[in-house]
Amino acid sequence: MATTATSMLDRTATTPARRAGTLAACVALLRRDFVLAWRRRGELFLPLLYAVIVAALFPFALGPDPRLLGRIAGGVLLVIVVLAMLPALESMFRADLEDGTLEQWLLAPQPLALLALTRVIAHWLTTVLPLIVVMPLLGILLDLPASVFPVLELALLLATPLLVLLGSVLSALAAGARRSGILLALMLLPLAVPVVIFAAGAIAAAQSGMPYLAPLTWLAAALVLAIVLAPLACAAALQIAVES
Amino acid sequence: MSRSYLPHWMHWLGSPPNFYRFAVALRPWLMAAALIGAVIGLYGGLVLAPPDYQQGDAYRIIFIHVPSAWMSLFIYASMAIAGLIALVWRVKLAEVVAMECAPIGAAFTLITLLTGSLWGKPMWGTWWTWDARLTSELVLFFLYLGVIGLYNAFEDRRRGARAASLLALVGIVNLPIVHYSVVWWNTLHQGATVVLFGKSSIAPSMLWPLLLMALATHLYFFASILGRARVGLLSLEGGKQWVRTLVTTEQAP
Repeated sequence: MATTATSMLDRTATTPARRAGTLAACVALLRRDFVLAWRRRGELFLPLLYAVIVAALFPFALGPDPRLLGRIAGGVLLVIVVLAMLPALESMFRADLEDGTLEQWLLAPQPLALLALTRVIAHWLTTVLPLIVVMPLLGILLDLPASVFPVLELALLLATPLLVLLGSVLSALAAGARRSGILLALMLLPLAVPVVIFAAGAIAAAQSGMPYLAPLTWLAAALVLAIVLAPLACAAALQIAVES
Repeated sequence: MSRSYLPHWMHWLGSPPNFYRFAVALRPWLMAAALIGAVIGLYGGLVLAPPDYQQGDAYRIIFIHVPSAWMSLFIYASMAIAGLIALVWRVKLAEVVAMECAPIGAAFTLITLLTGSLWGKPMWGTWWTWDARLTSELVLFFLYLGVIGLYNAFEDRRRGARAASLLALVGIVNLPIVHYSVVWWNTLHQGATVVLFGKSSIAPSMLWPLLLMALATHLYFFASILGRARVGLLSLEGGKQWVRTLVTTEQAP
């Protein structure tokens, strides 16, 4: 009993220093990811380009009727965002696995789950946030009523971090595999179904003038749950990816 | 005395050579029982049971459809439990069992989807509808495919098995969420007619073939998993001494 008490005391004694170290590590990781993203800023435009191309194809396929386009625009934009996120998700941990950075993550005194969460935040800010910013433009292109834009943005702001969190687990799982392009899409589909249902439900409800708060709060609840659980699962997946 | 959370026979069975012999001995009996059960169950369901007052003879596909649907969930649960054991205790046998569950489960899920589609055409007038249960089953199918795909994408089979086991565990957290979200989204499917506790809303003459079919599919699954895990262990343990002695001294059973 005495030894455990002292060791607990020791832990609490070292906690402030450790906490500062953890924060510093997360900030360093964020800064590194931002620098890397900025060095390859051309790649950041690729998802945007993809989204514009797909959005531009829909009127050609369905005809230019504004009423039809306006009715399906919300769901279409949501699907476009999900699809445009996929290619970047795949390479979330791959480079770090190949150059040994992940092994340093595992050896680091900071909790692996926290580092994974930091990576998720950096990934969301660099690759997904630009997509959300341009969505109103694509909404105009597809005749989405302007009154729906705030709900669309809000739904995307809740749904995309959730998808990146779920995707981080899958990306970590697939990082050690030989090929994972279509595999990631296959694994993400079951996880993305509830997210898409609630986000699209909120947009559709707003479009038909019904209360849209309930699906949004469901999304927010799921996001809170995922922020807690997904980094832990991601850390477990990273451990599997690194060990050989 | 060493402290252990598992009974002795589980340790004994967890050893690949012991499991191999166990599987060789048990599999024919299980398979025979499954076949006999399926024949009696199908006879009872297709010939003895009366036609439904509402659906006529078309309901008889229930004797394939419902046991397959139960199995698709049961096998997923088995896979997830084996996967958990594989991840926590790193039991090689559990990895093999979890991974060999996936193709059987995917097959039962596919049968459920196909028979459901055949049943839906005369009853609802459509092959496919985005109903809650159909959608959940389709999502389950994709979960199985994801597990199989992830497992096969790895060079190292044991790493692949551990990664796919974790995916199976993520899936089992996800599955109820998917189910309730699609129920909220859209539902058309008839309610459950067989409930474990309380009174089932199905005639006894239809119930016993259904339960017998469910028993037969379970036995088939156990027989199948024993056979598949045996082969999986052989190829995983190819260089080990027990396989060498087995191959050199024994004829293939």
